[in-house]
Amino acid sequence: MTWGVEGLVVRLGATRAVDGVDLVAEPGRVVAVVGGDGAGKTTLLRALVGGVRPTAGQVRAPERCRTGFMPTAAGVWRDLTVDQNIDFVAAAYGVTGPLLDRRRAALFEVTGLGAARSRLGSQLSGGMRQKLAFGLATLHRPELLVLDEPTTGVDPLSRGDLWRMISRSAYDGAAVVLSTTYLDEAERAAHVLVLADGRPLLAGTPTEVVRATPGTVVRLDGEMPGITTWRRGHERHGWLPPDGPAGTSTDSGQGVAGVLPTKVEPDLEDAVIAASLAREAVDA
Amino acid sequence: MPETTTLPLVQVRGATRRFGDVLAVDDVDLDVHAGEVVGLLGANGAGKTTLLRMLLGLLPVDAGEVAVLGHAPSRDVRRRIGYVPQNLGLYQDLTVEQNLEFVAGCYDAPVPPLPPGLAALAHRTVASIGLGWQRRLAFVAALAHSPELLVLDEPTSGVDPLARARLWDTVRHQAEQGAGVLITTHYMQEAEQCDRLVLMVDGRAVASGDEATLIGTTRAVQVRTDRWQDAFAALADANLPVVLDGTAVRVADTPEPTVRAALATADVTAEIAEVPATLEEAMAAYAKTGIAKAQ
Repeated sequence: MTWGVEGLVVRLGATRAVDGVDLVAEPGRVVAVVGGDGAGKTTLLRALVGGVRPTAGQVRAPERCRTGFMPTAAGVWRDLTVDQNIDFVAAAYGVTGPLLDRRRAALFEVTGLGAARSRLGSQLSGGMRQKLAFGLATLHRPELLVLDEPTTGVDPLSRGDLWRMISRSAYDGAAVVLSTTYLDEAERAAHVLVLADGRPLLAGTPTEVVRATPGTVVRLDGEMPGITTWRRGHERHGWLPPDGPAGTSTDSGQGVAGVLPTKVEPDLEDAVIAASLAREAVDA
Repeated sequence: MPETTTLPLVQVRGATRRFGDVLAVDDVDLDVHAGEVVGLLGANGAGKTTLLRMLLGLLPVDAGEVAVLGHAPSRDVRRRIGYVPQNLGLYQDLTVEQNLEFVAGCYDAPVPPLPPGLAALAHRTVASIGLGWQRRLAFVAALAHSPELLVLDEPTSGVDPLARARLWDTVRHQAEQGAGVLITTHYMQEAEQCDRLVLMVDGRAVASGDEATLIGTTRAVQVRTDRWQDAFAALADANLPVVLDGTAVRVADTPEPTVRAALATADVTAEIAEVPATLEEAMAAYAKTGIAKAQ
């Protein structure tokens, strides 16, 4: 069974927070929704779990009791202990008895939370709190697992642990949809959906997304009039639109002395920047 | 290239800071030169923020020496530093313009002009503008007094790649103009933007150099197979740190024969390749070594 949204539009007040988005979530696959603050990631994810009503389009999701949702920077009750958090969520989903014991033990084993089981949610470190939130969202082994920025602000070590837990859920057969601002994380997903201003910017496997980069990405030795550039370490990359102005083709040699642009193979970071610039050009 | 012959803007030698029983910063050396962008990496609790607070004069050292712009940290030195804290340090109830006026007033600096985009939001309260704009404003505010040293604590968290690229343009421009930059980040792709990285584990600076130096000899093993679920199960059952990588699986910091043996027990045929570790995987390896040493 696959889940997802088709032609989704969500209007919040005067804003089209999500504006014409398609997304397919399949068992055993991780989909990464990428975008900055205000791109529409949270609204899309909330629509998928039934937390916000679509203005238009279709949402296909299992019943709420077979869906797991980890909201951004929350999902743990701060004034309950680790054990009480687990008991509360287990009761809500009807996970009881030996099954609950096994799942609690499994959670403690992968997270190391067992040593902190009497600690309040508010006393956990950021990484531990996110791991507990993940454990709570998956306690009932949902078919559709939706995670809103599970690794934002989490340090690289805890992020590695969380990614192992996410991998495990996909392995267990869950369809996983997560949002992130980290492109290196998106690169590890089977499918990537890049959002900007509520609209899809790029979508596909990481390889397909890179292949769909609009225009041409070039490397320059310095700034060049008419070309938008960005730094990649000591290099400067630039973007030439597909129907770029005459004289900016990669081999025309018309650059300012010493700054001839050379075509480069874009990576996911370049692809998203180029697509954002293409969108800006169209919107302008 | 960074100038390394002049006196560093930041010179830390043997800095140590204890909180009760916890050694938060343990005998750390750190240099930041003019024109250099230095990235400070490490897990939460590794001591990065404590170190930054010592440089800014917000915390004294228990032992060791800290010199910033040639002096011990003080209010006078602080006036020559631009600082963007993790929470940005903006006043949510003031407008964009009022925030800049206030900060410029504190530093006796002229109020800087607002860049395009932000100018249209001049009369909006900070609370009412998006996080990406708030970050740009924090940068404009921190640069108003033309600081010689920039200290940035996770400056680009939560922004989209284009906005992040624009913030980095500003950072590198400052370095080219001769400022030194010290930046903390959890975002591994930002590491490539730095001239040099310093990795902290449990209060100590355990490695320093560019990304390739930090990754060093740490390797990962990538496993491609049509039966990724079976491969995943076999590797997880062998207690290896396996993660999903697209439709392949990946095991960090584990010898290839160990991976091969685990797959053989489950009769999984796969394309197995040893690849360089990511910086994140290398950091996990450093942290493991640190824990091993402590025991």
